[in-house]
Amino acid sequence: MKFGVIVFPGSNCDHDAFYAIANNLGQPAEFIWHDSTTLGDVDAVILPGGFSYGDYLRCGAIAKFSPVMAAVRKFAADGGLVLGVCNGFQILAEAGLLPGALIRNRGLKFICRELRLSVATTNSPYTSEAQKGQVLRLPIAHGEGCYIADERTLDELEAEDRVAFRYIDNANGSLRHIAGVLNRERNVMGMMPHPERATEPLMGSTDGLVVFQSMLQTTLRSVVLA
Amino acid sequence: MSAAFSPEVIAQHQLTPGEYQKVVDILGRQPTYTELGIFAVMWSEHCSYKSSRVHLKKLPTRGKLVVQGPGENAGIIDIGGGYVIAFKIESHNHPSFIEPLQGAATGVGGILRDIFTMGARPIAVMDSLRFGRLDDSVTGPRNRRILSGVVAGIAHYGNCFGVPTVGGECIFEPCYDGNPLVNVFALGVCRKEDVFYAKAAGVGNPVIYVGARTGRDGIHGASMASAEFTEESKQKRPNVQVGDPFMEKLLLEACIEAMKTGAIVGIQDMGAAGLTCSTCEMGSRGEVGIEIELDRVPQRETGMTPYEVMLSESQERMLLVADKGREDEVFRVFKKWGLEAAEIGIVTNDGKLRVRHHGEIVAEIPNRELADEAPLYNRPYTAPPEATREHVLSAGANVQSALPALLSAPDMCSKRWIWEQYDFQVRTNTLTIPEQTDAAIVRVKETGTSVAMSLDGNGRYTYLSPREGAQLAVAECCRNLSVVGALPVAATNCLNFGNPERPEIMAQLVEAIEGMSDACRFFDTPITGGNVSLYNETLGGGIYPTPVIGIVGLMKTAAPVTIPFKNAGRSVILLGGAGACDDVRFGSTQYAKEIEQQLWGLPPALDLDREKRVQEAIREIVAAGLAESAHDLSDGGLAVALAECCFGPDEIGAQIDLDSDLRPEMLAFHEGPSRILISTAHPKQVAGIAERHGVEAPVVGATIETGMEIRQRGNTLGSWDIAALRAAYEGALEAHVR
Repeated sequence: MKFGVIVFPGSNCDHDAFYAIANNLGQPAEFIWHDSTTLGDVDAVILPGGFSYGDYLRCGAIAKFSPVMAAVRKFAADGGLVLGVCNGFQILAEAGLLPGALIRNRGLKFICRELRLSVATTNSPYTSEAQKGQVLRLPIAHGEGCYIADERTLDELEAEDRVAFRYIDNANGSLRHIAGVLNRERNVMGMMPHPERATEPLMGSTDGLVVFQSMLQTTLRSVVLA
Repeated sequence: MSAAFSPEVIAQHQLTPGEYQKVVDILGRQPTYTELGIFAVMWSEHCSYKSSRVHLKKLPTRGKLVVQGPGENAGIIDIGGGYVIAFKIESHNHPSFIEPLQGAATGVGGILRDIFTMGARPIAVMDSLRFGRLDDSVTGPRNRRILSGVVAGIAHYGNCFGVPTVGGECIFEPCYDGNPLVNVFALGVCRKEDVFYAKAAGVGNPVIYVGARTGRDGIHGASMASAEFTEESKQKRPNVQVGDPFMEKLLLEACIEAMKTGAIVGIQDMGAAGLTCSTCEMGSRGEVGIEIELDRVPQRETGMTPYEVMLSESQERMLLVADKGREDEVFRVFKKWGLEAAEIGIVTNDGKLRVRHHGEIVAEIPNRELADEAPLYNRPYTAPPEATREHVLSAGANVQSALPALLSAPDMCSKRWIWEQYDFQVRTNTLTIPEQTDAAIVRVKETGTSVAMSLDGNGRYTYLSPREGAQLAVAECCRNLSVVGALPVAATNCLNFGNPERPEIMAQLVEAIEGMSDACRFFDTPITGGNVSLYNETLGGGIYPTPVIGIVGLMKTAAPVTIPFKNAGRSVILLGGAGACDDVRFGSTQYAKEIEQQLWGLPPALDLDREKRVQEAIREIVAAGLAESAHDLSDGGLAVALAECCFGPDEIGAQIDLDSDLRPEMLAFHEGPSRILISTAHPKQVAGIAERHGVEAPVVGATIETGMEIRQRGNTLGSWDIAALRAAYEGALEAHVR
């Protein structure tokens, strides 16, 4: 299974995502430059963390206009797996591929900390290999990770089982402790914690691997079905 | 050409009449106004080290792993496996006082460029910070604002750039009121054959400018950093540059990619003294001339004079020399990253820096004389200021109540409020969490080697004895590395002192350099570069002499030994023993500072030979996998170190009993060096190793499920609930900041 890692100017977790896939998941990965108009033959794309275009104006607000995002939209519309982590989540929310928005942390400060979250659904290509309620230890590193949406959207997300992860330690003030959400078709997911930073024992946790393993197993199953 | 400048204009440029005469002698004529500015900035204390160079020569700079010592943008050490690390520390003290957020941010930006201009990708940053007291009724609010601004600035720049800020230190003293210290250390890695030098070569080769456009910001920043502060200093805010970490990130990626084309001959960042410094230094190192046309320099403001363009310290700019005929390969890379690049001149064979503006020559100066023949002063020095030697300790010392007081003191409390604002994990190489280990460790994925690093500097110690204080800093830094199992291999220093024109301040500088020099020689950690920051005085009040040392060590990549106790029922060993202390040597401690509220006497006594043996022993113990936890004793001594060992996730505690004649408060809180607390399931093997190194290693107690107790020959000195101690330790800084 081939993963594409999008590189926006200012992405800085691109190498980390690449390393997690290539080294710790053991699958091929390649970088996709932000001005590409196609994604090539990848089976899934990752929008990594960082400060795309400096995150000037608003996190992810400029990245959504980059050429590669048209290709990502099409890929998503065709059912491709799109994972946004941290800044990647912010970009997907800005691009309207996911509902809601990420605003300044409740404490107004950047927070880098390992915290606990629970798997809220296993009905997704990103959590299928986890157990419902399973507790994961993953780091966060963001200044603007407080998830918000209007009440109706939040109710809808819950009714449709589209909350992927919830914080047990809600450090940024996210509404209803939401750490990760799915789109309606369940093939696009955004999360603020960094699964790629928890993929080998030396990183202090391997709990993030389950996200990538779920993507891998989902893809392998779909190949078999096809 | 032009007439002589008036004494006022010369004085404004901080040149002495003698220095001005030297300019005239070098040129064989009166300088132009642009030339005057160029000389002023290159011969400023900040750029020329004119007061310190004589003494800096005493520092050891060579070693078998040293690939590049002082004189380049950063020092370089061979780490094996075909890879090298580049590292250096720099100060940004004066700008951080004037505009804390941007001052600190551009400090980070400057040191990062020093690293990647050598071809190395930055993989770690640490910072050493000093502020005035946060709780002072008069200066407290300002000090809190400076602290918040500096931390936000470091976070803003490092987080966005994508380099982990993995550790550091932060101390508060009244002497840093109005003169905070912001010292930033950065470290990068690259393959040995990919190192680049800031050297121009090849007559006729194009000189290329890359990055941000030049504006009027930061003009005379280097000269500002070379003067004392006065009431007018606040008006110098326009002299502080504004940082753009996003631009720097693009510059990093573009430079590293452009270097791979093989078309770059030499490269240097534009830091202090901007275009002036980069052109003349590259020319001087390559023994060539450089001619530039200022009309071609990308500018963000109109109507800039040659003087302004040459002296601007606008950030995120690089100067490089490319192979003639291969410019397009370089331009293509910068275009890909959306960066402006312009050919602004050529390398010449006449050894001169020639600057044209609209075609006319506005400056023509021999590079070597400008860059390397700056005035050199052997300034007179007497003896460092004497502190009181005597102090009568208060009666009724109470170890029980002193410990929580010390743990919640600003110097010793958890700095979580600071380090959680830094992304310390990006690049997934950081093997440590701040405050969980004595040194930060960053792995090099390509080689299976890890680099441990630590910063240390104790102004109280150095004030009482500059020589011993500097030695203690080196010893502690090496000890921090040894505790995590790394072998110290090289160092960088940042010397923060007051006005060198005062003989007693100059004496502090000289003695500190000599002390550091001796210790670095002893531990075989040559100094490969660094920075001197003088004139750290505001309204006549000088700072404590504050030499900060950064040392790097090498180790095999493995899960690190951390500070907290892991299991109950383990033996607690005090490697190095209870140590010795007396009233005089107790005056520099945190206990003296917080409980007695005094500073007197001398710093703790250091026996270098014993220190080395303790370090050899702990490295062997750690390498053998015998230490379940390890933590060195430093600020706050034994009791504070023991408490920190109890702050693990399970709050495993300890009960210890010491056989010692020391007064209870001294036993608990003296800061005698060369001591390490270990918990182990294998006390006999640990004792065996210690004995072979001739080091005491008494088993002082055991870890227990809950609670912490210290006894002296059976008498309880204190017994504490760990959660309560931890609350004091964890919550203090945030409470102080509010």
